[in-house]
Amino acid sequence: MNLMTHLPVLIVVVPLLSAALCVLFNNRKSAWLITLLASFFCFYASINLIQIVQEVDVIIYSVGGWEAPLGIELRIDALNALMLLVLSGSAVLVSIYALKSVEKEIPVQNQVLFYTALLLVKAGLIGICVTGDAFNIFVFLEISSISTYALISLGHDRRALHASYQYLIMGTIGATFILIGIGFMYVMTGTLNIQDLSQRLPVVADTSAIRAAFAFLTIGVGIKAAMLPLHQWLPNAYAYSPSVVSTFLAATATKVAIYVLIRFQLSLFGIEFSLLQMPFNKILMILGTIGILGGSVSAIYQSNVKRMLAYSSVAQIGYILLAIGLASEPGFTAALLHIFNHALMKGTLFMALGLIAFRFASTELSVMSGIGKTMPLTMAAFLIGGLSLIGVPGTAGFISKWYLVTALLDASLWPLALVILIASVLTLIYIGRVIEVAYFQPAPEGITQQKVPKSMLVALWIFALSNIYFGLYSDISLGISSLAVNQLMGVTP
Amino acid sequence: MNEILGHFNYGIVILLMMMGLYIVIASSNLIKKLIGISVFQVSVFILYITFGKITGGNPPIIVDNVDVYSNPLPHVLILTAIVVGVATTSVGLALIVRIREAYGSTDEDDINDIDKNDNFYLKNRSTT
Repeated sequence: MNLMTHLPVLIVVVPLLSAALCVLFNNRKSAWLITLLASFFCFYASINLIQIVQEVDVIIYSVGGWEAPLGIELRIDALNALMLLVLSGSAVLVSIYALKSVEKEIPVQNQVLFYTALLLVKAGLIGICVTGDAFNIFVFLEISSISTYALISLGHDRRALHASYQYLIMGTIGATFILIGIGFMYVMTGTLNIQDLSQRLPVVADTSAIRAAFAFLTIGVGIKAAMLPLHQWLPNAYAYSPSVVSTFLAATATKVAIYVLIRFQLSLFGIEFSLLQMPFNKILMILGTIGILGGSVSAIYQSNVKRMLAYSSVAQIGYILLAIGLASEPGFTAALLHIFNHALMKGTLFMALGLIAFRFASTELSVMSGIGKTMPLTMAAFLIGGLSLIGVPGTAGFISKWYLVTALLDASLWPLALVILIASVLTLIYIGRVIEVAYFQPAPEGITQQKVPKSMLVALWIFALSNIYFGLYSDISLGISSLAVNQLMGVTP
Repeated sequence: MNEILGHFNYGIVILLMMMGLYIVIASSNLIKKLIGISVFQVSVFILYITFGKITGGNPPIIVDNVDVYSNPLPHVLILTAIVVGVATTSVGLALIVRIREAYGSTDEDDINDIDKNDNFYLKNRSTT
């Protein structure tokens, strides 16, 4: 029981210390084992936290016993618990998958450090999702980002280096903007605690300092979340990074940035101020719509499948932003559901590509001809992920699209509902291209059945099957999402 | 006059911030870009440090007969941010070293050119 009360802090501390342990052991097998154990611990902790949150609504933990306004407080409500589940769930699967993939793709002398950086990214992202302190968000964001730059640069293509550098420049500008925004808020209110800020901000809300803070925070987080005009870093960073990294980033990193956006917009500034008074809802809807269409169309023209999926991520982030822009209860529910479901489908797709890269050392569409016969299990999982991305009934993608379209129709915005349908057709086109090449073109001569490591296949199929499971039984994801929305709307009446 | 002097720091902050961002956008040299980022970050540090100063405030050490202290919290926050800034710069420099090893150049235009030709080469190779 004693351990249970400290879960909110342990879920950050364990991966952070494990990262140090990895370096101390300096052995790649034990580094992998430590990563796996730490991930399992986080998963166990997040499941426990979700159960506690469903009973008591909000878990508040004062670090070091210092109470809130003076000390740093960890605060976990349903939204945080949902994010923790997404993060730690994908972390477990990625860790299982990592053993063979890292052995193949990363130079031997870098493997221990690779696991260390991976654990640091995990710790940083989880830290963002548990903390109740605005400045802490900045620090954890930078912990995760700096490790991410290192991880991306480990891709075997030299373009990974340049992609990583571009992300470093964009990411640092974004993080510094967030820092400026937090500074303005601190000056106006004298506090950094999010709960405290949300009570003190309305008093000073009608000043240019707060409006500037709002603008800086939004643009800073927008860069991290790859909101449409700020998405330039994403395609290259995902396309050239090692498979393990692209899987983990695609499933979690941008989602965490969107979590920060939701936290700032809704809990901190309040729906009234941020979405209605600042007309940010209209901006979000316009950017979201352009993101959906632009991302999908760009995806069609890519010859590298990994890059194609990266553009598709830009489009999927558009869905989430559009749903937030609705500023209504069904809209927020759709946004949170899509955060959860998108992690499942992009996890599946990138993992499947990782297996293809494991065999052919390339993710170009041209190497994939006939792959449906030579790597049947991998491609079947890719197919499930693809169907989920399109939004075929019975998959997770259908659930979130259904809620999004319903929310749009509720707000009588049927042209936007039409956009969603058009985007689904576009998704069908780019996923269809891969399927066509993989199943209906003959394999090049001499290439027969390809063997792939069991551990990678297991991780891939858990991801793929969870797409179907959460498509058929959406009680869990929907339950937590609507609880989170109720809390968000309740905090800011 | 006091008004202008009181805002001197903020003027410097804006100047440095714009200079930094301009270097990042305008320069194609990777190292210069990184210098721009550093200048940009430092401007924000100065902004925070200026926030903390209270007119007539003493250093925040408890002494007799003093009851106006400057606010130490922004300074502590900025200590953390400086560490983050140093880490970012060093990772960036390490990346530039490796880019230089891989491409033989630290100029973004050159690198983009090399990548373009590279793409062409890769496409040709995959068809043969």
